[in-house]
This record gives sequence, structure tokens and C-alpha cells, in this order.
Amino acid sequence: MASYILGRILALVPVLFGLSVIVFLIMALIPGDPATAILGPYATPENVARINHDLGLDRSLPVRYATWLGHVLAGDLGRSSSLNRPVLDEVAERFSATLVLAGAALVLASILGLLAGIVSAVRQFGLADKLVTLAVLIGISMPTFWLGLLLILAFAVRLRLLPVSGMFSIYGGGDLPDLLRHLALPAATLAVVAAGVIARLTRSAMLDVLRQDFVRTARAKGLTERRVVFGHALRAALVTVIPVIGIQAGFVLGGAVYIETVFQWPGIGRMLVNAIATRDVLLVQGGVLVVATSYVLFNLLADVLQRLLDPRIAP
Amino acid sequence: MTGFRHALAGCLLAVTLAMAGAPLRADPVPKDVLVVGQIAEPASLDPAVSTATNDFRILVNLYEGLVRYKPGTLEVEPALAERWTVSDDGLTYLFTLRDGVTFHDGTPFDAQAVKFNFDRLLDKTHPAADTGPFPLAFFFSAIDRVEAPDPRTVRITLKEPFAPFLSNLAYPTGLMVSPNAVMSRRKGFGRQPVGTGPFRFVEWQGSRRVVIERNPNYWGPPAKLRSVIFRPVTDPNTRAMEMLAGGLDVMVEVPADALSQFRDEDGFRIHEQAGPHLWFLILNTRHGPLKDRRVRQAVNYAIDKRAIADSILQGTAIPARGPVAPAFDWATDPAITGYPYDPNRARALLKEAGAEGASLTFLVAEGGSGMLDPIAMGTAIQANLAAVGLKVTIRTYEWNSYLARVNGGLGDKSDVGTADMAEMAWMTNDPDTLPYLTLRSDALPEKGGFNSGYYANPTLDRLLEQARRSGNQAERGDLYRRAERIVVEDAPLAFVAHWKQNAVTTAAVRGFALQPSFFLLLDRVSKD
Repeated sequence: MASYILGRILALVPVLFGLSVIVFLIMALIPGDPATAILGPYATPENVARINHDLGLDRSLPVRYATWLGHVLAGDLGRSSSLNRPVLDEVAERFSATLVLAGAALVLASILGLLAGIVSAVRQFGLADKLVTLAVLIGISMPTFWLGLLLILAFAVRLRLLPVSGMFSIYGGGDLPDLLRHLALPAATLAVVAAGVIARLTRSAMLDVLRQDFVRTARAKGLTERRVVFGHALRAALVTVIPVIGIQAGFVLGGAVYIETVFQWPGIGRMLVNAIATRDVLLVQGGVLVVATSYVLFNLLADVLQRLLDPRIAP
Repeated sequence: MTGFRHALAGCLLAVTLAMAGAPLRADPVPKDVLVVGQIAEPASLDPAVSTATNDFRILVNLYEGLVRYKPGTLEVEPALAERWTVSDDGLTYLFTLRDGVTFHDGTPFDAQAVKFNFDRLLDKTHPAADTGPFPLAFFFSAIDRVEAPDPRTVRITLKEPFAPFLSNLAYPTGLMVSPNAVMSRRKGFGRQPVGTGPFRFVEWQGSRRVVIERNPNYWGPPAKLRSVIFRPVTDPNTRAMEMLAGGLDVMVEVPADALSQFRDEDGFRIHEQAGPHLWFLILNTRHGPLKDRRVRQAVNYAIDKRAIADSILQGTAIPARGPVAPAFDWATDPAITGYPYDPNRARALLKEAGAEGASLTFLVAEGGSGMLDPIAMGTAIQANLAAVGLKVTIRTYEWNSYLARVNGGLGDKSDVGTADMAEMAWMTNDPDTLPYLTLRSDALPEKGGFNSGYYANPTLDRLLEQARRSGNQAERGDLYRRAERIVVEDAPLAFVAHWKQNAVTTAAVRGFALQPSFFLLLDRVSKD
């Protein structure tokens, strides 16, 4: 297992290298540059050239890439041209905010999705199954940013139960309860789609498993229905469900961009959008590397879990 | 199934406990603390580095310049300089500094500090020259040297007479930073600013808030508020919801859709102020149908500016009648009527020019600083022009790509890349800026300027140069009015709208006023 994990992590190196080259090229190919973004209407060729020189952007592309790579290998991600601060500080701050949001959403989505999936499988074609299926369909097809605005309108503006936006209160606050209050709406919004996907998959996996011989055997042994469903069937169904949760982790990270905008969550998705709009190459690089790494690691985690759960996959 | 029920009940219980453990409301914001909803996080709080109005709204409360705009106007008045004299040749400015002013870090504000500030921007060999880049340093490129003959006297010598100089000093690029703090914090100064203003910096938490507090050692009347919290809420709809939910005391740049909502609800006050802004179309005067002045005039007549201002922008702008914003009241001729909406007149002019049914390529931005609602406005203009028989093809660009495309010139050859018109918006601090940078023959794109429509008129060039050299505001005003008449008549641009900046405050906020400079001065503001 250890050599498997190590191999997967080593395989990450060429992926990140290729990715950084592609990001560098794309950022060089799209029109506009940081100087134009900074100067706005004052972007005369002369002013642009001056700022680009100050930012070191007047050197050739390979030279810039080599310089950047050298610094990265030494642990320095450079300085953001749009935020005037080290890329590492910004990325670390923003990524931890996204992790909190995406993590909470994923936990929520997994709990809701598994529960809903199990209920509708056990009560196949019953009322509960129909209600769950309807809810899942609505959840999957609802645009998340719109759902987010509706939730804000209901719970924050009208009922005034929860804050509208942000990660912490603007005055005072800053502790865990404050974070939880701010997390509730965005995490719930973000969880809706993932929960729907997980619920549908759990339902079909459970239905599959419940028809198999070992379940009949378990029932025949006189086990309680609870032990049959949770002890035998669910364990077998999870082998199919866990990798999907791993993939959903990637979707949740990606979907966080909209949610971060609607709820003003200071996450990395919103940072990347701004960085691209201001042509902040180093910030885009830093952000993309972190997101890509975490995506690969999430999938790795799901694979490892699956191997642990399913003895048929050789370690 | 009991297991499942237990699991569900457990989950619900956990969620309920988590919510109950958290008090539903955070600490209420005290009456002497103001929360301002900003449109974004500042890029930097170093006035030499910063270029955005969003940053300026914080900066003008932390720092002061030698001069400032008199509240409610764009005329300069003394600030850190008590008085000044200008030599007859317009080259030497002698400033006498206010006595006993200190920076927030306790170091004295004196002539050496002033010299440090300008030298940092302009001298590549200055020990703090690497704390930039300083994008707007060219505002002071007219300066030849800055001298400090004694601690309270600063002598600034210009290379050539430059009348907008005082006005540029009042611009945020001219705000005075503490040399001591810059030298010790280097590039980090922009996140730990030190000035002389009525408020001093407390903290900047990334993406959450910037906090400033009353400066107890301020030389003037102390600020009424104990502190101000600036909060970035980039999404305009979320910003409006925060305001409705009571999370903000002041919200700037209210989207037009949300304004009516604040009008209907009790407890809010709407503030509006037309600023020195112009939204216009650059017309290609070198190539294509718009080479003919009559066609350019027809385009101006054909656009229903009132409908754009009232319907699309929902009253957040006023129709433009020429190139000079009404905020520069001393430099514009109130008798000019410009081009009132008149499609018949437009059709007649097109017929006269033989340009009926001409095809035009129109560059439209997706967004951008000061661009208001560029796609909806561009589409309305396309429909207006279609009504007089002009076939307009729109090409849309993302803002940054757009600037790169338009600033290079609209194109003067017959190829697919050539455009006939392009949207643009400028916000300026002096009536000199817009015509000088976008309409002179020395500002053509091939010479590195913003004259992307290739307009050239020697009379206009001469008037603008003269106005720059004149030290007398009445004389300058007269020159700008003459220039204005030429530009309106020749129509190298289509004049569309002047943006009214807006803000909403809660009814408890007192002493709040928007400035034509778009700055947000908070030292006289209080809360009931």
C-alpha cells in the first residue's frame, strides 16, 4: 500500500509540471497584461512598458518560466502583481477557507446523500423513495448560485437568522460558533448537488446489493434488518459509492467558485477568477498548483479507502 | 429501520446543537463604529501604488496631500501646505507647510518628507524606488526637482508650465506617506500604511476587513467616529442584501436594480452625485463611413441618451451633451446643447453624406471600470442606429482584452480587425485629462496615446496646450469652453452619459456626503 501511495504521489510531479507550463502559455497567449489591468484607461504603451519592466514581464517567456520554476523549487511562489503581497500568503489563506467550506459541504452531502439513498433503496417505490427521488432531481438541476441567493433572502434578509455573507462577523466574532453560523448557508447550498448525486448512486448500489445472495443469507440467519442493511449491504455498497464521493470532492471544489462569489466566501475560487481578470500570472500559477494537487490527493484518498474496503482489489 | 432513525435523529441533534451553541447574532456594532461595504478588497493602501477608486475611498481618510479638493467641488484648497505661490512663468511652486503635523508613527511631517515622497516616485536611484511599481507616477512627470530649503518650505520646479499640477497634487497619488515607515516596511508598507490623516490604520485581514480608527493626534478637528470598518463585498447583489439585512451602515456603488428597493424600504437614505465621468463612443475618424463628420453627427443624433440614462441605467446617469462633465462647472459652457435625440435629423445627415445603410463594426466591453452596463448600452445603441438605417455589428471583449484592443487604435486599414466605433469611459480629476490624452494629434496610438479614433485638429491641439500653460483658472476655463465647442461640432466621439455615483446609508448615518472626486471622506460622519 505504501509503495502504491508513493507511486501515485510521484506521478503528481509530471502532472503539476505540465499544468504549470500550460497555465503559463495560456496566460501569455490571452490578450492583456497585468500592467493594463493596473493602469486601466491610463494604459499607454509607454506606461505599460514601464510597469511590465518593473514587474519583470519584459523578459522572454522561457526565461520567465525558468526563473519562476527556480523560485518555486526553493519554496517561493513569487509576488502577486494585483494584490501586492506574496502569492504563498494569499494562496494559503484562501485555500484554507475553501477547504473549510468544501469539507463541510462534502461531509454534509455524504451524510444526506447516504441516508437518502439508503431510505429510497430500502423503501423502493414507496412514498419515501418517491419523495427522495423528487428532492434529488430538484437538487441536481437547481443552479447553485440561484439557490444561494434564495437562501440568503429567506434566512438572512427576511428571517435574520443567519449572516448574509463572509466567513466571520465584521465586528467582534472570529471564533468557532461565528464560523459555523457563517458556514451554514454556503455549505448547505454547495452540498445540495453533491448530495443528490451521492443519493442516486447509493440507491442503485444498495438495490444491487440487497438482491444478492449474501444478503438473503444474512436475512435467513435471522439477523435484524438493521444489521442486514448497515452491517452487510451498506458496507458492500460503499465500495461503489466511495470513489464517487472522491470525484464529488473535485466537483465541490470547482463549484465552490459560484458559491464563494454569492456568499463572499474568501476562498481560492474567487481568488483565481480575480487573478485571471487582472492577468496576475504568478497568483494563477500558485492557485492552480494548489487546487490541482488537492484534487489529485482527494482522488488518491478515495482510491485508498476503496482498497481498504474492498479486499478484491489487490493492494 | 430503528438504526436509520437513530442515525437521522443523531444528525439532526448534532446540527441543532451546533446552531444552538452559536449565538444567533454576533456582537452588535457600536454607534461610534461605521461599517462600509466596499466593491472589492483594496489592492494596496500605499497611495503611490494604488490606482483604484475603491482603494482611494480608504486612502483619503488615512493620508493627506499638500492640497485637497474643497468638499463638494473639484477646486483645490490648502491641506498639509498652508499656502503656496506660483512664479509668473508657471515653473516654480513654493509651498509653506503646516506646522506641528506628525505622521501616525510619530515622525514629523516636514519638507524632507515631501521631497522623499516625490523622489520615491520619480527617481529610479532613490533608496525606496523599489517599493513600487508606481503606475500613476506620470501624474508628476512635469516635475524637474523638489527642494527643501528649510523644514517648512518646499520648492517644486517644473520642466514646463503645467496648469493641472495642483489638481494632480490633490489626487491620491499625491498623498504623503511616512518616509520612516516606507523605509522600514519596504514593499509591506501597502498593507501597513502610515499617513497624517484624521484616521490611522489598525488592521487589514485579507478578504474580511480593513479597520481604521480616529487619530488622537490629528492637527485638525478630530474625527467623530471611533473607527471605520471597510468590508469588501464584491458581488453587487450580495452587497445589497447585506445592506438590507443590516450588515452595513454605508454601501457604495449600488446596482441600479437595487436602488428602487432601497427607495421603497424605510430606514435607508440614498445619496447621488454626478462626478467627472464621461461614457462615450470613440468614432473612427480615419477610416470608414465615420470619416465623414456628418455621419459622426448623425450617430450622435441617433442615440437616445435619455432612454439609456433613465431606462437601462435606471437613473444612475445623466445624458451627456459634450465631452466636459458638468462637475467641471468652471470649464464647460452651459449653453451647449450637444446632440438631443433626433432620428430624423440623423437620417437627413446620413442621406446628405450618402451613407444610408452603411455597415459599422462596434467594439463592446463586457464590463470594466466606469463602463456601467456596457453590453446593454451597446445593444441599445445598436438598435438606435438600426432605426436610422445603420447596420451595426457588435464585437464583445472581456475588459482586459478590450483595453488592449482599443488602446492600440480602431484600425485604419480595410481588414477584418478594423472597427468603426468603440465604447469607452473616463473618470478624471481635471478638465485637461480627457481631451489632452484622447483627442490631440500628439496622442495618436502610433505616438503612444489614447486617441484611438485618430482625431486630429491643430486648433484643438493649440487650445489644449495653451490651457495647460495658463496659471489663471478663468483663462483656462475660457480655453476649455472653446475646445469644448470644437469637439462637440466635430463629433470625434459620441457623447452618451455621465455617471452619477451613488451610495446608500442607513437613516442613522449623519454628515455623509459623496464628493465629485468620488472620494469617501468620513471624518465628519457620525451615527445616531
